[in-house]
Amino acid sequence: MIDLNINGKPHAVNVPQDMPLLWVLRDVVGLTGTKFGCGIAQCGACTVHLDGQPVRSCVLPVGAVGGKPITTIEGVAETASGKQVQKAWLDVDVVQCGYCQSGQIMSAAALLQRVPNPSDADIDLAMAGNVCRCATYVRIRAAIKQAATGKPEVLQSIVSMPTARSAS
Amino acid sequence: MKAPTTFDRRTLLQAGGLAIAFTWLGGAGKAVAAINARQQPGDAAAALADGNPPFAPNAFIRVDADGGVRLVMPMAEMGQGIYTGSAMMIAEELGVELDQVRVEHSPPDEALYGMPLLGGQITGGSTSTRSTYGVLREAGAVARTLLVAAAAAQWKVEPASCTVARGVVSHAPSGRQLGFGALAANAARLPMPGKVVLKDPKDFTVIGKPLRRVDSPDKVNGTSQFGIDIRLPGMKVATVQACPTLGGTLASVDDKAARAVPGVIDVLRIGNAVAVVGEHFWAAKQGLDALKIRWTPGANAGLTTKKLRDALADSLAKGQAILGREVGKRPEGTLVEATYQLPMLAHATMEPLNTTVHVKPDQCEIWVGTQVPARCVSVAAKITGLPEAKVVLHNQYLGGGFGRRLETDSVEQAVAFAKQVPYPLKVVWTREEDIRHDIVRPMYHDNISAVVDANGKLVWFGDRISGGTVLGRWAPAFMGKDGMDGDLIECVAEPAYDFPNLKVEWVRHDMPPGLDVGWWRGVGPTHNLFVLESFIDELAQRAKQDPVAYRRAMLQKNPRTLAVLDLAASKMGWGQGTLPARVGRGMALGDPFGSRVCAMIEVEVTPQGEVRLRRAVVALDCGIAINLGSVEAQVQGGLLFGLSAALFNEITIENGAIQQSNFHDYRTLRINETPTVEVHTVKSGEAPGGLGEVGTAIAAPALANAIFAATGVRLRALPVNRALLVQDKAALKKKVADARTGDMTIEGSAA
Repeated sequence: MIDLNINGKPHAVNVPQDMPLLWVLRDVVGLTGTKFGCGIAQCGACTVHLDGQPVRSCVLPVGAVGGKPITTIEGVAETASGKQVQKAWLDVDVVQCGYCQSGQIMSAAALLQRVPNPSDADIDLAMAGNVCRCATYVRIRAAIKQAATGKPEVLQSIVSMPTARSAS
Repeated sequence: MKAPTTFDRRTLLQAGGLAIAFTWLGGAGKAVAAINARQQPGDAAAALADGNPPFAPNAFIRVDADGGVRLVMPMAEMGQGIYTGSAMMIAEELGVELDQVRVEHSPPDEALYGMPLLGGQITGGSTSTRSTYGVLREAGAVARTLLVAAAAAQWKVEPASCTVARGVVSHAPSGRQLGFGALAANAARLPMPGKVVLKDPKDFTVIGKPLRRVDSPDKVNGTSQFGIDIRLPGMKVATVQACPTLGGTLASVDDKAARAVPGVIDVLRIGNAVAVVGEHFWAAKQGLDALKIRWTPGANAGLTTKKLRDALADSLAKGQAILGREVGKRPEGTLVEATYQLPMLAHATMEPLNTTVHVKPDQCEIWVGTQVPARCVSVAAKITGLPEAKVVLHNQYLGGGFGRRLETDSVEQAVAFAKQVPYPLKVVWTREEDIRHDIVRPMYHDNISAVVDANGKLVWFGDRISGGTVLGRWAPAFMGKDGMDGDLIECVAEPAYDFPNLKVEWVRHDMPPGLDVGWWRGVGPTHNLFVLESFIDELAQRAKQDPVAYRRAMLQKNPRTLAVLDLAASKMGWGQGTLPARVGRGMALGDPFGSRVCAMIEVEVTPQGEVRLRRAVVALDCGIAINLGSVEAQVQGGLLFGLSAALFNEITIENGAIQQSNFHDYRTLRINETPTVEVHTVKSGEAPGGLGEVGTAIAAPALANAIFAATGVRLRALPVNRALLVQDKAALKKKVADARTGDMTIEGSAA
């Protein structure tokens, strides 16, 4: 048995030590918000926080977690930066297919925990490991800035119609 | 709205993309499926399965007794925002706001949810909004008419004196109000209205706004369910390996070591693949890695990309062509010719392919995210031997489609494995399996040519295209009588430009059996606009004219496209200012998918040949825009998707097997490589055009033209070959001399 602390709750799981944390979360604990994209730490869809640090759970053996707390997309709203990022993601309407967005949000939340007001270079560095095949990157950048400042980000794109952006 | 059963030329020209392939030259398929704003046979059963709401006036709208409004989405949501756009069209006429509705996936039912433009329940070809702009608004209007009639009857007032807002019918003179829930049961007893009047677009309060997506909240907090997230009682998880050699089969498997892996439950075999079943994916994967498999590679054992390319080039040179369109005859004058090449491409959706299946003696139940639910039912019925009525399919959110989920191969495979076991089986492909067994975008090899006069003006246009047909396998009944596949000649047979004379033809060249080719975001336009718009730039350069000015002269009869060209040029500041060395701007335009689009891209090419995207500007006329937020998002994402492929991607084959396997060798654009992308949308009252593929179709030529402007190197093959872009001219010339394909020229020095 391996004892894990996931989103503030204890879980005892009966799995091999070398099983990647991703599959423990998805197939054993039943938290499917963390996604499988590549299995080799190339896409970032599986990003979770280990003691606040972003890690690629598809290559992290569960036996290496130790007692460190794990935060997933299902629990990240309990952190200040996670809540800010999720709100900004909705305000800016980042999502398209949405499959990579759990990982994007986890990477962005970890960035804001470390760098409260990130520059473009900070964003590039922190987010370059997260692939989005829908290529929502323009809005991801805007949403991170909005989450950091709390101020509505002027989107890079301009619509030539005289219509204000409004909430649904 | 009566769904068209035949297509006149005008409808056909507005269709674009996949749809044009289906309808070009009047391809005679089976009866065209037709969604309908009013109740149809079968809708009552669908509503019953959907919780039997008191009011279900058509296949799309469910009003519950508590006033909840549920909208059943005819199309699949794969990121393109169609759930939001469709809900907006219904909500506009129904009299509700988006925050009041819940959207649901539709069940497989061709009669209730079939798309007129594609002849089936198919999400693709950027046709969804174009197919349903009339019928979904009418569906909302029919429901509103009945709800108002129910209220008016109860109050004994004229329906015309009632108003509807936020799901409530009001009678202002008497101050009475009733919500949809209270009216639902009575509304359901009323006869279907005849003709209903739709709103004048100037009165729209929902359509045209930049509204936030209905599916975002669950996708942001991790609760949204994709196919791969399905969990069922007793479910096991499998992962598979199919014969790496395309078309090859399974010879034998030694599964002793695999079965010894803790958590492995079963090893299953089909003709060309093995699956290991585990308690969880990890056990299955460990088991798969422990298998000792022998394959029978079959006829493709010696296949290579070079052999495929050589055979394609040979077909282009010698093959019998099918004439797509000819106007006038080729006049005397200077003939300019070029050969262009496009590679095979994989889709690499973020969500690897997966299907969950439970086969029972009398039923087959399937959970999958698919663009073709009814096709999945059909193949599952064939494989299980069950009637289609006994196949139940639950569509899910798709973690990307891009055309890959228009195929049923992974579903067929999962059903073939699942029918061997009594438990529900989730089959998940690894990323490696997903790329090695992609159904790839075809390779193309085209000779494009023009006759120009003394001033460099085009007086005749010729395009001889060679490549495989997707339609010929995917929907052969829709091929033209003469064997033409309209997808192959789209955007060149009916170009945006006023070419006085032209000849466009296609030499069909099928890939060997086992190497199936498939739809890929942007389909025909992505292929042909790269060739055409690169070549137009070559002609402009030859005529010593600015690329914008050269194109403007040929767009005088196409005011909508001319307008987006001028808008893009003005927003980009085209021709203004001085650019640094090895920085250049390129452009491309076209009329794909019933929309008009112009992209301008600014790049920097480093002395080492690396291409940096600095800025992109897109001007678009997509007719009436349903959701401006989605318009912007789709054009941005679509453009970057196309740029990513043009910069990085090619599927190659060695020993009959795809060589790429994951995001390290089939790489994709990342945020640090992404430029600003401005989207400028023209206000338009024209019929809606397609959006999901427009940006992709226009990306590669704008990029290649920008690289030419920055370096003087004309790239006539994709993806971008960095070796050709190094600054050292001596090294460059040597590379040209060495280049086998001769796919480039050097013209002038760096801009």
